[in-house]
Amino acid sequence: MTDLGRALLIIALVVSAYAVFAALYGARGGGREWVTSSRRAIYSVAALLTLAGVLLESAFLRNDFSFGLVADNSSTTTPIFYKLTAMWSSQSGSLLLWVWVLALFSSLVLLATRGSLREITPYATAVLGGIATFFCALLVFKVSPFTAIANPPAEGAGLNPLLRHPSMMFHPPMLYSGYVGFSIPFAFAIGALITRRLDAEWIRATRRFALIAWAFLSVGILLGARWSYSELGWGGYWGWDPVENASLMPWLVGTAFLHSVMVQEKRDMLKVWNASLIVTTFTLALLGTFLVRSGILDSIHAFGASTVGGWFLALIALVLVGSIVLIVSRLDDLRSPHRLDSLLSRESIFLLNNLALVGLCFVIFWGTFFPLISEAVTGERSSLGPPWFDRYTVPLALSLVLLAGLGPLLAWRRVTVSYLRRALGLPAAVAATACVALALFTDAAQSVTSLILFTFAAFTVTAVLSEYWRGVKARRTMSSDSYPAALISIVRRNRRRYGGYAVHLGVVVLLVGVAASSAFKTERDVRLRPGQTAQVGGYDVRYVRPTSGLSNEKLEFGAVLDVRKDGKRVTLLRPSRSYFASQDASMGTFGRFFRGESTSEVGLAPGATRDIWTAVQPDLRLLNAPLREANRRFADAPGDVQALVIAALSERYVRRAPPATFRVIVNPMVTWIWIGGLIVLGGALIALWPSALAARRRVTSLYAAKLGRELSRA
Amino acid sequence: MDPSRKRTIRLAVALGVAVLLAGALVYTSFDAATEARQPSELLAGAAAGKSYELTGKVADGSVQRGGEVLHFRVRDRGGTASVPVQYRGTVPDPFREGREVIVKGRLHDGTFVAQKDTLVTKCPSKFTKKNSS
Amino acid sequence: MDPLVLLLIVALVCCVAVVVLLPVLRGDSGEWSPEGDDPRAALEARKEAKYREIRDAELDFRSGKMAEGDYRALDRSLRAEAIEILKEIDALGEPPNTRR
Repeated sequence: MTDLGRALLIIALVVSAYAVFAALYGARGGGREWVTSSRRAIYSVAALLTLAGVLLESAFLRNDFSFGLVADNSSTTTPIFYKLTAMWSSQSGSLLLWVWVLALFSSLVLLATRGSLREITPYATAVLGGIATFFCALLVFKVSPFTAIANPPAEGAGLNPLLRHPSMMFHPPMLYSGYVGFSIPFAFAIGALITRRLDAEWIRATRRFALIAWAFLSVGILLGARWSYSELGWGGYWGWDPVENASLMPWLVGTAFLHSVMVQEKRDMLKVWNASLIVTTFTLALLGTFLVRSGILDSIHAFGASTVGGWFLALIALVLVGSIVLIVSRLDDLRSPHRLDSLLSRESIFLLNNLALVGLCFVIFWGTFFPLISEAVTGERSSLGPPWFDRYTVPLALSLVLLAGLGPLLAWRRVTVSYLRRALGLPAAVAATACVALALFTDAAQSVTSLILFTFAAFTVTAVLSEYWRGVKARRTMSSDSYPAALISIVRRNRRRYGGYAVHLGVVVLLVGVAASSAFKTERDVRLRPGQTAQVGGYDVRYVRPTSGLSNEKLEFGAVLDVRKDGKRVTLLRPSRSYFASQDASMGTFGRFFRGESTSEVGLAPGATRDIWTAVQPDLRLLNAPLREANRRFADAPGDVQALVIAALSERYVRRAPPATFRVIVNPMVTWIWIGGLIVLGGALIALWPSALAARRRVTSLYAAKLGRELSRA
Repeated sequence: MDPSRKRTIRLAVALGVAVLLAGALVYTSFDAATEARQPSELLAGAAAGKSYELTGKVADGSVQRGGEVLHFRVRDRGGTASVPVQYRGTVPDPFREGREVIVKGRLHDGTFVAQKDTLVTKCPSKFTKKNSS
Repeated sequence: MDPLVLLLIVALVCCVAVVVLLPVLRGDSGEWSPEGDDPRAALEARKEAKYREIRDAELDFRSGKMAEGDYRALDRSLRAEAIEILKEIDALGEPPNTRR
């Protein structure tokens, strides 16, 4: 069956290469039928890769260990959910996922633009086909997901235990959908540059895809953070790790792009800037894919050295050089007839926000690649830690929060000063009140940056909410709607605007969570015997008793913790550590059950004001001697006897548990990071949702009648 | 002042600010960075009191837990030179003998005293290495 | 290689070849892709976008963001642009297949 898979990839490679040729030939005067053919070629690639994906997934489900990928990443005891998602825990599987998503997105956009963008589409098809060709070639020639094993083992290696977390399984597809999604606006930007059709047409056709990509990327990043928080046993959600940074960089530039395209749509300005932004975003998306797989930077996530680094670098160089040459050669066509009318306008705020976002991206880029830069400059490989990142990212993030409130308040072109005074009054008053109240009644003043952030956040939230309020009031002067009905109707009529405002709210809520939890968390590492108590951040944490658990794929040792405040029980937590049996026989028949991969299972009590986060590091040294003895005496015992021995060993730990090391963190407002993320997603969905056809048609006909009347008068 | 002149000035100011910021960025990064060293390089010449990033593999049979302190040796990736490490704080899940680790700290009387919570373990690569071989 | 798999592969190649090459062999641009009405679709899209701008400006004005004079001038120019687009659409004549 692996042969079928490889054949599918080879056909997909040939067909996508053909798509490039046919699209270019058609565009260069070969006739529309070639363009149609190239479009169908892309559809076919999507179908072929879907078949390949289904083939691989079914191999995982059937435990077909003649597939190398299945044998390496799955086992008969792997739960079905993880079997389905094990595909992308390997390099080749995730590259297959990449190109599969790409083909699906490309087909969607080509289907949607069938009737329009007659000149741009062929070139965009060629670009998309080219990217697909590259990835198919990687899969055919370098890292095949369909390697066959001549003598299939009876049992697979199982999925890397660290990856066994729900959010880790959704994280890669979300991230990849985000990365891949940006290839659509990129392809159409290239098409627009080549054909010199540089109005906002290509932006309108692909705007929705850019937003989808952005939403996927946001969710992907947050799921990664969530995984880190609840699975990695260090209690943080962000560590400025190269791989984390790699996903944040395209998000930042993509965010800038989503804002500045509006300026091009409305005012026909910033064309060079927009083209550069989308090229940068796509390059960074490629870089993100590459960085995880390359091992060129020391990262906790660098899953081993990879063989595809050179290929990726070549593609990135090609994309960059080609795009820059194209943009420079079209500079004359990209010049805008318009200028900024006033600094007090929405477009100038957008410009500032763009600068802050791109600046932020540059800081992160520099910090991430500093080991390579310093090696090139000084010969020493040095790296930069979180304090360096914070020094630059914090002020930039603060300014972004403020801009997120200012932007919605201002109108395009120019606003009157008197209006501005009225509009700024309330948010500024609320912000000042919040600042004073927080400084007087809470500890917020201990961290000046946090206090500034909370103040700015109060400003922005008030500003955005007052925007909703103004819209509702304006609506009610035109109709007799009730307040809720007016709100729904303004959102429905202006999804993009009010969805965008909701995203602003979500981002601010998220950043408030980040600021509070990073500045005010209490963290302690304590060593406790059963029965002992430790005080952390106003809570009494008592180690009640040790626990152990057995399942067919792992052993678990943990603890029951009783968390109390002022003598009253807050929660019972059960952190534990899972030990996955290793296939390594050198550890001994029984040793391999205790010395294999282990992962932390965090004991977490989430709350609106604070999370109580606990992890345990059980001390298994006590089992060393019994393990040695068991290895000697029961090495050849039948399976059920071995199971009894293991049960007895874990029983022994529970009965005589030595002191265990605990990490306890009282982390304020972390929950708001996830809530903010959900608000962002909701806002993005509002902005994405196609406006109901009926409503649009009614309004359209209304305006048509109105305009028709004026037309006849003119 | 005519508008085009005003624009040019505005642009020049913006560019100047950007260059200044970039300069600060570059300067502070070289200032704040910690050098990465393998054990042999560290032993060959480490400035006293200077903080380094030690990279290498955890030597076999060297991991010892004593209370809250973790003792282990880090050896060169492709060699035998090794340094004893004294570490406090979170131990990442994949940490074990033979794994590649990165840890920040200072050399003190021949022992590498690590900063709290700076230990990073690379994810096991066995899952991908098999494929490529 | 399993002969069944081989057969399957050959069948797949044939299918894909037919689907992809059919438009070129028949020399038309495809029976179900209405490329003929390209300029109309583009104009419709431009019209929609212009309408959205008019509505946006109105909302800005009604929520007090814009001075009356600014709004009147902006609205007039936007409407003039919309009328230009409507004229162009009319110039194309009746759509070949009236879907709406």
